[in-house]
Parts: sequence; structure tokens; C-alpha cells
Amino acid sequence: MAVRPQSIKVRVAEVVPVTPLVKRFRFVPLAGGLLPAFSGGAHTVVEMHDGAVVRRNPYSLMGSPDELDSYQISVRKVEDSRGGSVFMHERVKAGDEMAVSPPVNLFAIAWDARKHLLLAGGIGITPFVSQMIQLDRSEMPFELHYCIRNDDRGPYWRDLQQRYGRRVQVHRAESGLGMDVEALLVMQPLGTHLFVCGPGPMIEGVYATARGLGWPEENLHSERFQAPATGAAFDVVLRRSSKRVHVGTHESLLEAIEAADVEAPYLCRGGACGQCETGVLACDGRLIHNDHYLSAEERAAGRKIMPCVSRFEGRELVLDL
Amino acid sequence: MTIAFRDETFRDDYTFRNSPHAIRRFPFPFHEDRYMYAVNIEPHALPGPKGSVVEFAFDVDEHYVSEMRDRELVLRQDPLRCQALPHMMAAQWDLLELIMTSFARDYPEHFSLERDGERWHWVNRPLGIDQRFVFGDALTLPYEPMEYVTRQAQGDWVIVDQRDGNLWMDAGMVTTQADWSLDFDIGMNFFEWHGPVPLAHELGVFERALKYLMQVRVGSPVRRLNWTMTINPLLDTAPERYPVWGPDRTTVTPDNVGHKAHLRVELQSFWRLPRSNALLFPIRCYLIKLEELVTVPKWARRLPRVLKSLPQELVDYKGLTRYRDTAVAWLSRYDDGAPTSPGGGPD
Repeated sequence: MAVRPQSIKVRVAEVVPVTPLVKRFRFVPLAGGLLPAFSGGAHTVVEMHDGAVVRRNPYSLMGSPDELDSYQISVRKVEDSRGGSVFMHERVKAGDEMAVSPPVNLFAIAWDARKHLLLAGGIGITPFVSQMIQLDRSEMPFELHYCIRNDDRGPYWRDLQQRYGRRVQVHRAESGLGMDVEALLVMQPLGTHLFVCGPGPMIEGVYATARGLGWPEENLHSERFQAPATGAAFDVVLRRSSKRVHVGTHESLLEAIEAADVEAPYLCRGGACGQCETGVLACDGRLIHNDHYLSAEERAAGRKIMPCVSRFEGRELVLDL
Repeated sequence: MTIAFRDETFRDDYTFRNSPHAIRRFPFPFHEDRYMYAVNIEPHALPGPKGSVVEFAFDVDEHYVSEMRDRELVLRQDPLRCQALPHMMAAQWDLLELIMTSFARDYPEHFSLERDGERWHWVNRPLGIDQRFVFGDALTLPYEPMEYVTRQAQGDWVIVDQRDGNLWMDAGMVTTQADWSLDFDIGMNFFEWHGPVPLAHELGVFERALKYLMQVRVGSPVRRLNWTMTINPLLDTAPERYPVWGPDRTTVTPDNVGHKAHLRVELQSFWRLPRSNALLFPIRCYLIKLEELVTVPKWARRLPRVLKSLPQELVDYKGLTRYRDTAVAWLSRYDDGAPTSPGGGPD
């Protein structure tokens, strides 16, 4: 049994354009007082009511963990996505009422690390903003390498350089990372933990380099921003709840299950944490696994699915829910 | 409500007793007439039933002052009962904040906390403490933050770090434990420190429990009960002190078992610490003499049935081997064979 916590009602206090594609949103609690404290790298899940559709997207909390009168997130607009970021950019205005989840951290500071080496690509900077506040305050060594396309496209780089000086290095390149990852990794002291947040190919490339250099798996941390894939609509049968649910083109399997009032556990909503793992009781067709959690053997066995990002194609899918 | 704190001992002359009020609110752990391991975790939804041990975040009861005196004696003898690895300092402050804010909110007649930014003023009336300090600056307290605050809070406190898909026992204050050692377990992961538990590994209990605990969220604590038995009301049954208390198990007779044997229940809860992302694991010990327990007819019927049907592996693991039969024989005089109602509470 997973406990689904109460969401927190908030008001949008401020919407600030940061770059042509990034807006920052500040939420204050409707009830007044303080929001729950959080740790560096934590995210909140923002509920968006778009007509009859309810979307829940995770965004890193990028304010200071010491200032809890508001939460701040930054959203990059992705035109061809399922619409969450477009909704945030085009429909959400200061004064609106919304709901957010209590904080969850799947990208936490490694308190036992000798040093934090932080690698951000574009909007992947957001979890590092709160991490660096905590690292700085705890007097823990860190170094941020921030890859941006150009000066206009990288959010917050000026502020961060001003605040942390030489601990923040900005790399500019219209394609690729614009930096030599291998040269950076070989010169790190033993006990360094590597944190990467950015597009999938960046994470995979950095991990491959680190593994090639013999970095221990325990010292590698990543968070990827992955919206649930869109795809053809399909039906699913939830055996324990005795329900048949339709999953539309632009909604995830998890969202369709939630819309049918069936409780399903989740944390990351990005196919990474494993919390929403669900048993497949029958499958006449093909499971489309979009997660980063199930092993190749588990996928081949076809007995499990991660409904936050994965889908189905075929005649009938029956889940243990 | 003002608590009348008892003046009693948990060693030497063993003057510990439960008042009738404390007996009624005892967390009797058996919800049916038999017992087996299960992942028996539920939300620690607050406030719980009025007057119960789960009404508030952390229970403060009539034994508070005497238990804190006993903790001080244990620490004087063996300072290694309180240890924190260096990377747990952020979690130590999380713990101090959680205990102080909870106590001040839930027991305002006994505790108060004033915060002016980082400058805090803490008053603990039952223990006569008035302390001003700077939150985040350990040098402004007489001990490190975890030790300071858990010298003022009943029960054991373990802080586990969450990393590499596992939980690591990296800090704790442990003086009221059921035969386990922080000094031995410190630095171990969830599977290592549960290594000695029989049967549960085969049931897959620990894999499920770990997955569940790693997703405990800020503001949504959970809890469970665990139990064993102890001869004499000894809070500190540490393996380091086994030569002192182990032989007590051979002193149980049909004449003294009602007075000497105690059901020992642990109220365990699990909390996500907000700024460190560590998991807090308070283990609060409650003791009740069998002669106190049989004053509740339902418990008098149920406990002998549970003990009689307990698998031998659990009898041995819990250290009941030498006196289980004596306890069952004595308790059975209070069992009239009538059916019992579901759930653990008194009828």
C-alpha cells in the first residue's frame, strides 16, 4: 500500500519569463503559513486541470530550502509534447489557483561524498539550484559545469556565476556539450560523486565516459526530464477494480488510471523510480516500455509495466490494479 | 493535559509500574489470537485517537522523567550508545527541529520553543532545561544536536541515510533496545542489520519493506508495532550488557512470573527528514507486567493463545525459550476460553 499524500493548494504568485523558452513560476500556499521543507534536488508534482484532462508533471524545486513561504519551479516550453509545458506557458497566470504535491527527492545530495561534480544541460540546471544552496551552506566542495546553447538560451547562468564564482563553469555550444567530459572526469579526486541532469543522450554519454574510466556505479547520479510518450489510444482492464479504462493519445496510462479513480502509487512520473511498477496479468499485443527501470529480462518476460510512461498496442491488456 | 511524572527505576530495585491510565493506553500489538510476521505498516495519521500513544507525533508519558534519568546512566557507562557518522550532521539538525517543534506544539504545558531566525530558545520544564542556541551551529549546544535532543526524548532514535537504493544506519541514540547494538550495526545497510531475523527473509518481507520505506514522504510518516518479552522492567537490554541481564531469564518461577515477566512493545515510526532527505526511525519501548496486562480481560485471553501458538524459531529468536511455558501456564488461568474481538485495543 502506498500512501498518496494530500496535495497542497497554492496560488500562482508570479510568472517570470527567464529565456524565450523558460518561465519561472512561484507558488504560495492558499492557506498561508509555510510549505513543507525540502532538500536539494527535490521535486514537486504540479496538477494541471486542462478541461476534463488532469495532468501531473514533476518539476524541480529551485528556490532555497530555507525560504518556505513559496515554491519556485522553472518550465521549459516543449511544443510537440503532451501539452503540460504548453499549458503552463500559455494558460497559467499570476493569481491562478493550482495544486502541488509535497516534495519528493529522487536526486538527493550524497552527504558522504568528498566532492559534488554537477553537470547540467539546459533546463537540467533546475535541481542543482537548490542543491548548490545546501552544499554551499554545508561547506561541501562542489563544481558545476553548465552546458547551454548560447547566452540567451541558458537560464540562470549569470546569477549562478555571480553567486558561486569559479565554482560555476559555463560551456556554450550550439550542438553537443561544448566540453571535454573525459578530461574533466579524469582529474576528479577519489570520492567525487557525479550528478548529471539534462537530455537523455547527455546522461548516457556522460555515464558511458565515467564507466569507461572505472567510476563506481554508486558515485553516478542522474535525473532525466522525460515526459510520458504520446501514442495511439488503447483500452486497459484493471482486474482488481473491475474497470475498463480508455487511454487517450495525449494522456499516459497512469493518468487514465487516476482519472478512473483507481489508486496507483507513483513518485517520479518519469519512468525512473520504480514506484508505479504494476503487474501485467494478460497481454494480447505488445507492451511499449518507455521506462528506465525494468531490466531487459523483465521486459522480455512481459509481466510488469511502468504506467507512468509506458503504453500498449494490441487487443487486450489486463493489469493487477 | 498535565502529565504526572512518576519517580521510578528501570534497574537495581526496579520500582517501575504502570498507572491504570497507562495500562489502558498500552499499545497491545496482537490484533488476533496468533502472530506471524507481516509488513504491518500503516500511516501515522495525526492526531491519532485522543489519549492514545499515537495521538501525537511522539508520545510523552508518565515515565518520561525517569526514562531520561536511566538514559543518562547508560550513556555514562557506555558513550558509544550514541553515535553519528560525520555526514549525518544535516540529519541531526532535522531531528532536533522535528522533536522540538512537535513537543512544543503537542505538550505546550511542558515544553516551549521560540524561534527568531536562527536564534532558538528551548524550555523543557519536566527536566528543568532552559537553553538558548543558534540553529545550525553545534558549538552553541552542550552536545551534538541529535544527542542533545534525544537526551530529552523517550525511546531510541535511529537515523538512516538513503542512498544507492538502500538505507544505511548512520546515526542513532540507542539505550532502550531489545537486544541489538548500535555500535555493532552502525554503517550497515537494511539487509545487513536485519540479517539475524529468522523466517522473514524467506517471506520477502524485507524487500517489500525497504521499497515502501524509501518512498516515505515529508509530512506522511508511517508506523508499526513490534514486540518481545523482557524479564524485569529493564529498558537497557543491550547485547553489550548480556551478562548482566541474560541470567534473569533463569529466575522465572510460577510464583514470580506475573510480576517479573513483561511484554515489551515497540512503537516504531518512520519519518522523511525534510532537509537531509534521511529517514528517521524512532523506536519507542513500552513495558507492561503480565499482572498489569491481565487486568484487561481481552488481553488476558489473547496473550496466552498467542504465546502458545508461536513458532519455535520465533520463541528462540525473541529469547523466550526458558520461560515461555511458565508464562503461558500462569496467563492461562486468566483465559476463560471466550472468543476475543478483532483488533488490539481493550473492549
